Amino acid sequence: MSGLDIVGPQFAVLLAAGAVLMVDALMPQNRRLVPYIALLGLGASAIWTGTWVARDNYQEAFHGTLSLDQYAVFFYFLFAGITATVVLASIDWVNQEGRGQGEYYALVLTVCAGLMFLSAARDLITIFLALELSSIPQYILAGWGKDRRSSEAGLKYLLLGAIASALLLYGMALLYGLTGTTLLLGIGEFVASPAGEANRSVLVLAMALLIAGFGFKMAIVPFQMWVPDVYQGAPTPVTAFLSVGSKAAAFAVVIRIFFEALGADFLSSDWANVFAGLAAVSMTVGNVMAIVQTDIKRMFGYSSIAQAGNHMIGLAAISVAGEQFTLGASGVLLFVAAYAFTNLGAWVAIIAISQKIGSDQIKDYAGMWKRSPVLTLGLAVCFVSLTGIPPTVGFWAKLYIFNAGIRADLGWLVIIGVLNSVVSAYYYLGVARQMFTGDAEGAEKVRTSPSIGLSLGVATFGVLAFSIVPIPLITAARDAADIFAQR
Amino acid sequence: MSALFLVTIGIENFLAVGALLFALGFAIALSKRNAIGVLMGVELMLNAVNLTLLTFSRFSPSDRPVAGATFVVFVITVAAAEAAVALALAVSVYRNRDTVDVDKINLLKS
Repeated sequence: MSGLDIVGPQFAVLLAAGAVLMVDALMPQNRRLVPYIALLGLGASAIWTGTWVARDNYQEAFHGTLSLDQYAVFFYFLFAGITATVVLASIDWVNQEGRGQGEYYALVLTVCAGLMFLSAARDLITIFLALELSSIPQYILAGWGKDRRSSEAGLKYLLLGAIASALLLYGMALLYGLTGTTLLLGIGEFVASPAGEANRSVLVLAMALLIAGFGFKMAIVPFQMWVPDVYQGAPTPVTAFLSVGSKAAAFAVVIRIFFEALGADFLSSDWANVFAGLAAVSMTVGNVMAIVQTDIKRMFGYSSIAQAGNHMIGLAAISVAGEQFTLGASGVLLFVAAYAFTNLGAWVAIIAISQKIGSDQIKDYAGMWKRSPVLTLGLAVCFVSLTGIPPTVGFWAKLYIFNAGIRADLGWLVIIGVLNSVVSAYYYLGVARQMFTGDAEGAEKVRTSPSIGLSLGVATFGVLAFSIVPIPLITAARDAADIFAQR
Repeated sequence: MSALFLVTIGIENFLAVGALLFALGFAIALSKRNAIGVLMGVELMLNAVNLTLLTFSRFSPSDRPVAGATFVVFVITVAAAEAAVALALAVSVYRNRDTVDVDKINLLKS
């Protein structure tokens, strides 16, 4: 088994990043091809991952620091899909911006490689490096725009992100000091031994620091203060990327760390309780704040906090031993995938609309139905799915995760979740209602370019297909989460 | 003579210094209004983590305690990369706003 095969999917993405830079620098007349090279790399990455599945090639690599299992494969496909959609949705904006074609796509691809490493990492050093590999390019991307808001967003994101990763690192240092190893499985062995329970206070401290560090990436209360600002200030394609990409990866790595390293019974009830509390607060704060927003990107920032709370119900729902242990985890995976399709679809429509009308204000979306029926319909479908109205993929994901919550005796949390869904319907469907019934500001049609249309098509096709036939997605999520049941 | 000193300074002293530096860095990062000052606080936090990691590595009972030292090398590298990006963004903000005071960088408000 060669080393190249082990990192093949990331290698393909990074190779494409290098190729993109070279083409941009050496062949400026072919600059228009750059995004398609990026897409080619992502396609190659997905195919490579596909051959693993076909060969049933699941294994540990690099002395257990990377784990190529069904769980990692699930996220590899997800990240390749997310990044491809974002690349497609970025083409117009980057052309309009007219500079740094190569750099922009190279950074996007680097983020993708970092996210992939993050979902496969099984070692504290690898996790930290993968996290920074995905974060640092995101800080640059957030500050990419020419306007003042963008650089402000980039700086805010970076400063708060750096503080969060320092907290995370201290937690990792404590774990290393206590257990003498950086491998998650080694830490897990120590924690499960009698010595682990004897050092419970240190473990709880390390756990709190880890939750703070990853909570920043997951965008949960109380680590959410950057979310609305960065979502509003960053260029819209970048916002779309970080709203689904880094959130998904953060959940991926949190599940892995907490199940494999801190999964011992005496500790798991602790962090499940913490996650339950944070889930309730995140859902409530996010939804209530989203109602009063007038800027659609900011509204999505708060709604993203609320959705992170929904994800976390799955993290909290592990307290039952045995088969049920992974029900919550598979719920998180299902929710992550459903949220990725739906939110990306919504963002692509927002990119297309806001580019043409030059505004992010919700009131300017009034009457959009008359100006662009296709975009309006796509956005409306995504809103319905984000709210969780049957029979959309968002509904199946919510049903699954609420079911996991009820089976783990978290009835109170599920009730809060359902109430919050009602609140979220108010602002999601409020925007949709304005778009269908409001009076249009201008009469001119909002046209979409082929690339935007394609990415919107991909995302809404994902939403619709998995709404009608959710079973394959649920099976994939279950298979992926099952690797934690074999411990 | 020097060996005697080493015996009296145990792991808990090193860890205490690390924790103190970390807390100081955190306090600086949260209280400084200049973006560069915040960044310096973060650097202090990261170096406190490095000290802690090295302490654990040095006092580890394991026969190959390299993981901690390796970790430190990576943290230093990443901190350098992060600082480079941070300074570039700070320059970009300064060009736009003529200030890097985080209280005055407040265009993004609901």
